[in-house]
Formats: sequence, C-alpha cells, structure tokens
Amino acid sequence: MIGGYCGKILEVNLSTSKIHVTDADEDMLRHYVGGRGLATKILWDRLGSKWSKVDPLSPENLLIVATGPLTGFYPGGRVCISGKSPQSNGIIGSTVGGESGIDLKCAGYDAIVIEGASKDPVYLWIKDDEVEIRDASKYWGLDGKDTVVKLTKDALDYLNDKYRRFGEWKDPSILYIGPAGENLSRVAVVMEKWTHAAGYGGYGAVMGSKKLKAIVIKGSGPLPEIHNPIKFHNLLYKAYDECIRRDGMRRWGTGAGGYSVGAMQSSEPVRNWQEEWHDERSFGVDEFERRVWIKRYWGDYGCPTTCLKIALVKCGPYAGALTDNPDYELQAYVGTNLGIFTPEENVYVASVVDDLGICGINGGNVLGFAAELYQRGILTKEDLGGLDLSWGNPKAFGELAKMIAYRIGIGDILAEGTYRAALKLSEIKGMDLLPYAIQVKGVAVGAHGIRSRMDYPTPIAYACSVQGGDHTSVARLPIDSSGGELVRIMCDSAVVCIFNFYPNPSLMWEFYEAVTGIRLTPHDWCYGDGLRILNIQRAVLLLGGPDFYWDPRIHDDNPLRFYEPLPTGPYKGQAADRNEVENLRKQYYEAVGWDEYGIPRSDKLRELGLEDVDLALEEVRKRLKHS
Amino acid sequence: MAVRPQIWIMRDFANCTGCRLCEVVCSLAHEGRIWPEASRIRVFKFVPGVEFPHFCSQCDDYPCVAACPVKALSVNESTGAVIVDEGKCIMCGKCIDACPGRIPHKHPAKNHVVICDLCGGYPKCVEICQKAKYNVLWIVEKSGLGKQTKLYARTPKEISDELVIRLYGEFGRRFL
Repeated sequence: MIGGYCGKILEVNLSTSKIHVTDADEDMLRHYVGGRGLATKILWDRLGSKWSKVDPLSPENLLIVATGPLTGFYPGGRVCISGKSPQSNGIIGSTVGGESGIDLKCAGYDAIVIEGASKDPVYLWIKDDEVEIRDASKYWGLDGKDTVVKLTKDALDYLNDKYRRFGEWKDPSILYIGPAGENLSRVAVVMEKWTHAAGYGGYGAVMGSKKLKAIVIKGSGPLPEIHNPIKFHNLLYKAYDECIRRDGMRRWGTGAGGYSVGAMQSSEPVRNWQEEWHDERSFGVDEFERRVWIKRYWGDYGCPTTCLKIALVKCGPYAGALTDNPDYELQAYVGTNLGIFTPEENVYVASVVDDLGICGINGGNVLGFAAELYQRGILTKEDLGGLDLSWGNPKAFGELAKMIAYRIGIGDILAEGTYRAALKLSEIKGMDLLPYAIQVKGVAVGAHGIRSRMDYPTPIAYACSVQGGDHTSVARLPIDSSGGELVRIMCDSAVVCIFNFYPNPSLMWEFYEAVTGIRLTPHDWCYGDGLRILNIQRAVLLLGGPDFYWDPRIHDDNPLRFYEPLPTGPYKGQAADRNEVENLRKQYYEAVGWDEYGIPRSDKLRELGLEDVDLALEEVRKRLKHS
Repeated sequence: MAVRPQIWIMRDFANCTGCRLCEVVCSLAHEGRIWPEASRIRVFKFVPGVEFPHFCSQCDDYPCVAACPVKALSVNESTGAVIVDEGKCIMCGKCIDACPGRIPHKHPAKNHVVICDLCGGYPKCVEICQKAKYNVLWIVEKSGLGKQTKLYARTPKEISDELVIRLYGEFGRRFL
C-alpha cells in the first residue's frame, strides 16, 4: 500500500445492516488522494449515471467520511464529510476538526461509505475491527452537548467492562448530529466535540435521513506506515516552527476578525449584507477575551496552532451560554449579520446553533434573510409566531433557530436553507425575494464580501466555485494560485487544515511526498488530478436535481446584493462590476476547460480520462442549449 | 561530573489545549510512529474543552512497583522513573489496580504495560509543550516535593469531574 494509507474502506448499508470492508484501489488513491477527491470519485462511480434523479435525503444517497494520506501526519486533525449535497445538489467536501480522522485511521480504515437508511435511530460503533450498528433511541432528540457526554460515558463503560485489564480507556471520537439534522434541516451540520462542524453541504440532514445519530470511533492501532519517516520527522518539526511562529493567529484565532474584517477591510456581513462595515469596539477580540474566554488555546489532534478558545457567559441574561469562542465566521454570521455587537449575545446565539447542530454560516445566513424580510415588513410578527425579529435581538434569533431545528411554524420553510426558503416565500408572498438571499447555488456565501476588494475573494470567487458560497473553496485566477480552488481540493483531499497550511504552502506537497512517496508539484496537480476532481464536481453540480437545476448563465453569479454599492464605511460606493465578473468568468471557464455555457468541454473531459462524465453531461448540454 | 538532580514534570491541567502534541512526540520517541494509544502520556477528554494529560507522577512509595508479582517494574536510580521490563511483564494488571490514578495501561498491540520513563530525564512531551508555549508541562526538581507528587496520581474520571467544575462552574454540573 502507498504510505500513509490503511488501504481499507468500511462499507455500511443501513437498510440491510450489512457491514463489510473493501480494499481501496491503489490507482484510485493515487489519482483521487483521499477526503474530497476520494469522496467525489466514489460518489461519481456509484451515483453518477443517475445523479439528477437521486434525492440527497433518500436512502440512495451516500454519506462518506474520508480521511486523507496526511490525516494525522500533517499537524492538525480534520476529516472530510461528503455525499450528494442537500444544499447544492452537487458534491461538497466539508471538513471538520477533531480526532475522528485519526481514530478512523488508527482503527484501520481510510474512509467510511454509508448507504441506505435505518428505520429506527442508530449509531455506528467502530472499535478497530469491531463494527456494529447500535440502537440510538436513547440519544435521538438530545442536543449536541448531551449527545457527546452520554455517548462518551456509555462507550467508556462498555470499553472498560469488555477490556478490563487494559487500564483506563481513553474517550472515543464522535461525529454526530443535533436536532436539526434529525429533522432534516438543510442547514444541519455533522458535528464533533460540541462546537466543530462540517458546515457547508448540509450533511447533517443526510445523516438524519439515514436515522444515523452518530459515528463513534475508537482506533487503537498506530497510524499507517509511511514512505520516509526521517524526512517526515524533519518536516513535522519544520511545520511546528512555522505554525508556532504565528503568534497573532494562535493568540486570537480567526476571532480577531469580528472587529477587524468589518472595521478595516469592510467585507463583513452586517444586517444581511446591507452593509459590510462597522466600527464597534465592543466587538473587538480583546472584549471577547476579557469578558467570555475561559480557555485561551484549544485545538484538535496534533495542532500547534490551537486557534480555538472556549467561551462561557458567566452572568447576565445569557449566563450558561457555552461554546468555543465564536470564530470569525460565527462572529459575523450570528453576530454582525444579525445586528449583534456584543460578545455575550454573540456567544449565546453561537451556543444555540451549536447545540441544535445548525451551521453557523448557513443558519446565520437564513436568520439574517428572515430578519431583513421582517425589517421590510414582508414577514410579519404573525408569520414568525410572535417573534420580534428586530436586528440585535438575540433571544428572538435563538428562538427562530430552535423553530428551524424542530421545523416549527415558519421554521419549517427556513429549515430548507436560504435559497429554497426564498423560492417558497416568494411564492407565498407573491413577490421576488431572491434579491435578499445572499447565497450562491444553494450555499450561503462565507462571511467575506467582495465589494471592498480588501478581503481575499475575487469577484468570481463564489460565482464560479464548484462548492457555491463556500469561502474555503473559492475560484481564483491563475487557477494554480495557492488560495484557489484547485489547491484547496488538495487540502481537502490530503485533508490538511488550511490554517496550518497557510504559514508555508509548500510544506503540504513536501509532506505528501514524504508520507506517500509520490512526488507531486502544485502545477501538476492543478492541471492533472486536481482538475479532474474539479471537473467531476462541476459536472454533478450541473447535473443537479431532483428539485431544481442550475443554469450557469444565471447562477454562476454573485448574489444580487453584491452589485449594490456599499452604503457605509471607507469603501462606500464600491460594488461588484458586471462587466468585470463576466470577463473573469470567461477567463476562468477557459482555464478550467469549460465551454461558453460553463459546461466542461468534451475534449477536456476526454483528456482527463472522463469519457463517462462527458456522456452524462449530454443531458445538461441539451437542457442548457435548448432553453 | 555533577549528578543531574531527579526531575519531575509539573503539570497545569486547566491550561491543556487538547492538542495532543505530547502524544504525538511520545509515541514517535517510544514506538517510532504516531500511535495515540501507545503513548505513555495520554490526553483524556470526557467532556469537550476539559482535556488533560494523564501520565505517571512517580509516587514517593511507588505502589505499582511494589505490586508487581514478577518484578517487571523497577525504579531508575538516576531519573526516578518507573521502568517496565517488557519481557518480564505478564500483563496481570496488578500495577494498574495499585496505582491511585490507574495510570499504567496495556500496550495496544503487545502484552505488557506502558508507563512514562521520563525519556531518560529529557521528556519529549515537556519539550514540545514548552516549544508550543502552552506551559501545561514543565520540568522541576523533584527533591522537596515529597508526597505531593503522589497527589497527582488520580483517575481520569476524578480529574475530569474536578476540572469540569473548575472551568464551567455550576454550568458544568450537567456534564458530570
């Protein structure tokens, strides 16, 4: 086997309760690496021929948990969750931090592929080669905190009882869903450790549709053999040095952004993106530190950055709100985007969405969408079950989040995510509400605006991404730039945390060679295997379905709001430029091998060895060229 | 040449980040690979946010050594660390039961217990914890600590329950 891999894939069918282990094909690992790439390959092979007919929330869909060759080796622990996305109807590689990736490899598997659906709530138990589908009825309905604590306790009781002479057992890793996933909300996430979420994609709903409450993993073996242990050891210490040197990132995490991205870069969502600037000193990271931090550094397996902090509100109306200190995305999306500018209120809403298993970004986006409709009198107090959804009212946003998780009242519509909710509410209200939906292809746009041009995304960042609004996978020119989507496909496939990748982007490729023995340059990746994965992701995004299909002429675009001039701040008046977007889009299509309709070209697909993808796309070519 | 005084690893559990760099370097040093369950220092997490390292605290009376029926455990004179004779160990588990913190544990693939050997006096876990500036682990001289070291030999459950309240206060009660 290639270094860094276990060479085994765990296959679970929840409809038949059959479990078996298959050998991972070496050639497949060589070209699709792991994580996002491997998931894309497996999804294409099994669902590609019928993609547009597969309902993401049906038993036919797959839920994939995939590690990569660098999981456990490159500093920082993440694992990739994927499947047909209930948000975009394409494939999103959604990574989550924690220990589950390392535990899975220590148990002997590179990935888990779950198909079918159980009738009753279950969880998947993995203790090395002891794999069982277990009853989860007593955990179903629990919030995130209780789910983790109770599953941990029961797992330890079992392990300490069954393997008595071992000594004390360490806790297993747990991937789980909260109530939002159980109730099939498309903004539901797959979570780990109370606060970590595989956010984009809506895979919490996929788990919920399979009645799978959790995956509990205890691996007791070593990480797999690697190609060059000495070189790896040297690289490991080099990576430690690079990460430890970044004092600002370590000290404050991305949570420094809640103030600075708004005040300095003017690219932070404020009141559903009506503005992108604020200068609220109360939202400074120093305020968070003094008022709510109870742990300064918190991190996942093998991470020398530990950008997370733990926050607890100790007194006042939100006393007891406990979660990780909101990172930048949550400071923005369940803070400024909702008109909230104080740490305690921000921590409160963040803890509510974490406990419910709602995505901070997609959930915060749909809450902001609803609040703008309320501001404009389109949604009334009556529509909202009596809630006063004024900007900056944390209690109301917390209540609405609960209504979304449990699909109560209007929560049932909002649980479909911003895009689908906008379509539905447009129908009900008899007016076009899409201008207030700040999303791209069903996926909420990350909290990094493009209008000021002071942040990293370019005007086509989200418009041309194969993962829609995902701010961690943005389209960029040139296509092999280290912040572009193709390099991010490698990060998500080798499964490397981008905050440990940034300090020295060349290290990931060196690690890859030391671990696997395969020499790979960023250029070769971006014009070879990486481009192949991108094109499959693009193809399935266009195949889409079954509830609707994307038309690149309409949907390879920014949210309409980004064309409105910024109303406030140092970049007042700036907006995205239509001609520029069109121009860049053309250049991007050309660079990644798509035709003028945005469809991957036959010659490109054949050059990449994707004849079957080319054939499948005939359906899309007909649809787009004849409409 | 002056004899180096015996060391002890001072520990501040409440600051543990859960990064497990100590496990990574411990298993690399002792096993030549990253192997969380074989690490002599293990980070427990019964409640998220309440991670802490669990490893030998070199009690003044070494109850584990006294309990071993086959003399597989001994105390290294220069470091004060408990050394496991892997060939002699019969994995009876008596040292685990004798330890007030149930700290020794079975090697996940071999038939012997593993116990922190202080890396011969230069512990890797401390080196990386200091390098990363977490200061959860640091080196002190053992002389003068007396029976205090043994106080740190507590079971993971005992440590966890106390830390949960220390960190989360009343709000932590529901997680005990």
